[in-house]
Amino acid sequence: MTDRNDNAAAAPAAKGTPAIEVRDLVIGYGSRVVLENLNFRIEPGQIVTILGGSGCGKSTLLKHIIGLHKPIRGDILINGRSIVSADAQEKRSIVSEFGVAYQGGALFRSLSVAENIALPMEELTNWKRDEIRKRVSEKLALVHLNGFEDYMPSDLSGGMIKRAAFARALALDPKLLFFDEPSAGLDPLTSDMLDNVILEIREKTHATIMMVTHELPSIFRVSDRVIMLSAEKKGIVDDGPPAYLRDHSADEYVRTFLSRGGTYKSNSTEPDHA
Amino acid sequence: MKTTAEKISQFGEMAFQLKDEAVSMVTFLGDVTAALWEGFRHPKRLRWKDFLFYMNTCGPDGLPITIMISTLMGVVLAYQAEVQSHKYGADNFLPMVIGCTILRELGPLMVAIVATGRSGSAFAAEIGTMKISEELNALQTMGIRPTRFLVVPKMWAMLVMLPLLTVVGDFVGCAGGYLVMKSELGMPMDVFLQLTRQGVAVKYFFEGILKSFVFAYIITMTGCWRGFRTGNDAIAVGRSTTSAVVTSILFIVLADTFLAKLFTVFYAWGT
Repeated sequence: MTDRNDNAAAAPAAKGTPAIEVRDLVIGYGSRVVLENLNFRIEPGQIVTILGGSGCGKSTLLKHIIGLHKPIRGDILINGRSIVSADAQEKRSIVSEFGVAYQGGALFRSLSVAENIALPMEELTNWKRDEIRKRVSEKLALVHLNGFEDYMPSDLSGGMIKRAAFARALALDPKLLFFDEPSAGLDPLTSDMLDNVILEIREKTHATIMMVTHELPSIFRVSDRVIMLSAEKKGIVDDGPPAYLRDHSADEYVRTFLSRGGTYKSNSTEPDHA
Repeated sequence: MKTTAEKISQFGEMAFQLKDEAVSMVTFLGDVTAALWEGFRHPKRLRWKDFLFYMNTCGPDGLPITIMISTLMGVVLAYQAEVQSHKYGADNFLPMVIGCTILRELGPLMVAIVATGRSGSAFAAEIGTMKISEELNALQTMGIRPTRFLVVPKMWAMLVMLPLLTVVGDFVGCAGGYLVMKSELGMPMDVFLQLTRQGVAVKYFFEGILKSFVFAYIITMTGCWRGFRTGNDAIAVGRSTTSAVVTSILFIVLADTFLAKLFTVFYAWGT
């Protein structure tokens, strides 16, 4: 059993260790390289968005970072531990330290909303039934889905499915969260609500959040930092706070891309991560 | 028209593909067996709700079609055997022929083929759909082994229900044979039963049941494995289910051939 409590026995990340560190990463499918020479660090507590045009490899990069694919070369460290060279057991230990909300929610259709959120708690912890029930209610409250415990995923709207997926990602109180296209395909109001949920999650859990999206309004609203990818250059073209990149990026593609999002104000306008 | 070099290249690609499939299947077999053993050692960790659900879908839900097919197999077998044996005045051997054939071969085989069509394909479709909707990725990134979560309850359910269905299939198959004996030869039930008891050893019944355990393993393994190997395009799930049924039937027949030989050798060794 990959017990959450046992995992705690794994050496905690030293102070100053980045939540995510990508070193000389080359990724692709088979021998086809999609992105190369990727190097970046994400510090704890940041909300970082991976941005780029369609087909530039945003989701592929995310899948490599969360350990679903093996890179061609390079290393990815999650809280100081390499997910690339980890064996199966260590990998299960690493992945149980973060939460992922997938684009379509990826809720288990045979389980109710509450059962979906309880699943990682039942499988990976020794928490008692009452404790799990209490925590499920807390997570649902965090994403404003109280009262929907017994609903099946097929009974929920797109926005509710995403929020339930957020709640499941938060089940084990991870300090690192990954959201794949959190507001894709949603109307602007639901999208706004999800942005609020993301900001609330950060405020209440102080988690590091990495998102993949190209919903510019959301990016300007919630992101501290944007890592911009380009399919043409097969790599990172710029990296910084979204409003700063929109106004001051040396790369015209970045400025043009971000300008399409209008004149949204970012959380921060100065690069402070470098 | 393909050149010789292209043909050789195509053959090479196919060989590599076959090797990949074989490696993937053996890896999966090892993973599932380890997960089953783990579940056996820690029964509390088995997902009992899922186990009961799959017991119902593999067993009672498949009972009507199993009864129908097995009865008809018994009827067809008896008709064919009766036509031939009647020519030689060997009608008294018919209950033995029917009993042995159904208990040793046709009973477990037909029940397994029906279960492949119903449950094996359903397993492949379910897991394939979960793969497309990223539910398998979600399990992996939660640190939960998909084989333990998805395959083990199905495997235990099938290992319990297929032998039970085989018992039913054996019984109704013999009953179908008796109906033909009664209608064509006017054979009374007590004579049919007596001749069956004389000619059919109890070990043949257990041979069939043992085979059904092997078939249950094959059906679940192949169905789930094909599900996990589902691609990402629109027709991938359909392809997986078809492939699950075809592969499963192939392996069932291969296993049946091997077991038939094994039991024959075993019986000869015992006498």
